[in-house]
Amino acid sequence: MVTNMPNAALQTAPTSTIKADIRNFNFFYGDFQALKNVNMSIEEGRVTALIGPSGCGKSTFLRCFNRMHDLYPGNRYEGEIVFHPDNTNLLAADVDPIEVRMRVGMVFQKPNPFPKSIFENVAYGLRVRGESKRSVLEEKVEQALNNAALWNEAKDRLHEPAYNLSGGQQQRLCIARCLATDPEMILFDEPTSALDPIATASIEELIDTLRGKVTILIVTHSMQQAARVSDFTAYMYLGEMIEYGKTDDIFVKPRDKRTEDYITGKFG
Amino acid sequence: MALPDTAAIRTMVQKHKRYDHMFAILGLLCLMVGLLTLLALLVDMGMRGIPRIDWGFFTEFPSRRAANAGILSAWVGSALVMLVTAAAAIPVGIAAGVYLEEYARKNWFTDIIEINISNLAGVPSIVYGLLALGLFVYQFNLGQSILSAGLTLALLILPVIIVATREAIRSIPGQIREGAYALGATKWQAVHDHILPYSTSGILTGVIIGMARAIGETAPIITIGALTFIAFLPPVPGTGEPPAGMFDWLFSPFTVMPIQMFNWTSRPEEAFQVNAAAAGFVLVFMTLAMNGLAIWIRYRLRKNLKW
Repeated sequence: MVTNMPNAALQTAPTSTIKADIRNFNFFYGDFQALKNVNMSIEEGRVTALIGPSGCGKSTFLRCFNRMHDLYPGNRYEGEIVFHPDNTNLLAADVDPIEVRMRVGMVFQKPNPFPKSIFENVAYGLRVRGESKRSVLEEKVEQALNNAALWNEAKDRLHEPAYNLSGGQQQRLCIARCLATDPEMILFDEPTSALDPIATASIEELIDTLRGKVTILIVTHSMQQAARVSDFTAYMYLGEMIEYGKTDDIFVKPRDKRTEDYITGKFG
Repeated sequence: MALPDTAAIRTMVQKHKRYDHMFAILGLLCLMVGLLTLLALLVDMGMRGIPRIDWGFFTEFPSRRAANAGILSAWVGSALVMLVTAAAAIPVGIAAGVYLEEYARKNWFTDIIEINISNLAGVPSIVYGLLALGLFVYQFNLGQSILSAGLTLALLILPVIIVATREAIRSIPGQIREGAYALGATKWQAVHDHILPYSTSGILTGVIIGMARAIGETAPIITIGALTFIAFLPPVPGTGEPPAGMFDWLFSPFTVMPIQMFNWTSRPEEAFQVNAAAAGFVLVFMTLAMNGLAIWIRYRLRKNLKW
């Protein structure tokens, strides 16, 4: 049933390193099994897109990587998500979800800046980690805003409320907030679905510049977006990983009939 | 296809809209019942009481002669009791609300607690008075004091503050909360840096509404034994022999505004009725002022919160 060829694409790229291995992974909302026996390897420094129709479990899967599901009762993981090079299973009982969230950043569907100043938004991740030196905060905030292509627009208004920014700027601010703490992986949960086409383009451009610096996992309901930004694409359907491989292969010659149907717009 | 009968449609819409007008009038009438009653009360009390209110009314102790009687001991007593109530109810109520929303696991036990808190808000205040008489006055030996009264009223408004805190926390969008946790915040960091600051306006509104209710309470205060006639003031807080003496005021006998009013209304002389109206006017004014403050605080703080 499940086409498990997670490493087929990777073998063609001998220089690549694996950032995360997902092994025999299941996820349950109470009694409902939302993800079924997922196996895949995610390449370091690359952009991996998760696509599939609504309710296929792609967002659920994404939120397992920073254990967001631990915030709510009744959720259960089975199997492993192993991070390299330290071979830590993020789902292990002795791994605190907070430790995981220190390593994995997340950008949400709707821009969600805190009702604080632009500066404080970006600095918050550092403050959580105990950094309080003004000079360090200022340096890191500038660096993060630069990396998120927001510095030029924001440098003169660092102490204004973040809500004065436009939607696209707010989303870049949320990306800067993530980048400030140098995460190993960033999760994007449909980051442009609340944005207009111009803001969407700027976010996609930004994701492109992050390639090679950080491992990116992005959920998108737009196949065009997956094709534009990602190196690898995974197609999910009804909680299963149907097909996973290089984006070019998935879109040009999908192996599975269901992937082909979805990509060609026959359903979804 | 038949031509649309516009005349018929218009008649029908007109007919249906009659109910709109009828309900609008009915609703307005219902609203007026409440508003006009309050207004009539205020005007009546104001007309009888306001001429009596002068500087002396606030600076004189109660007296057997109505013209000399004032509300000094009553408003000082009310202020001090409110101070104790606030000091006890605000931290406990907020902490309980935060715990229930952010820390407690959702299970049958927290469900029972939740139902009970809502029920506690509906318990008649005299029952709190009886509880306080047994617990604070006799068991803890706090006496018929400002401390006992303050703690009693604190118990009374605790459910109001807990419910307001929970509502305020729940109104924070889930994505803001998730944003904080996604950056690796612990529960305490999320509560301290985000949840409390963003829910302050809602919590303060609840606190002030609770306090406005407490300041008008009479029954539980009478039950624990407030005096109806008192011609001296408690020691000024913080004075007295330190350290223990500084808290002497807590154990002082006292009276409060509604009791003073009650005392005056039960006198036969007309002049005391005027005094009661004046005291009532002051009390209503205090309550309205507190509610006004709540509205203003909510308006000011919400202006800075957009999501």
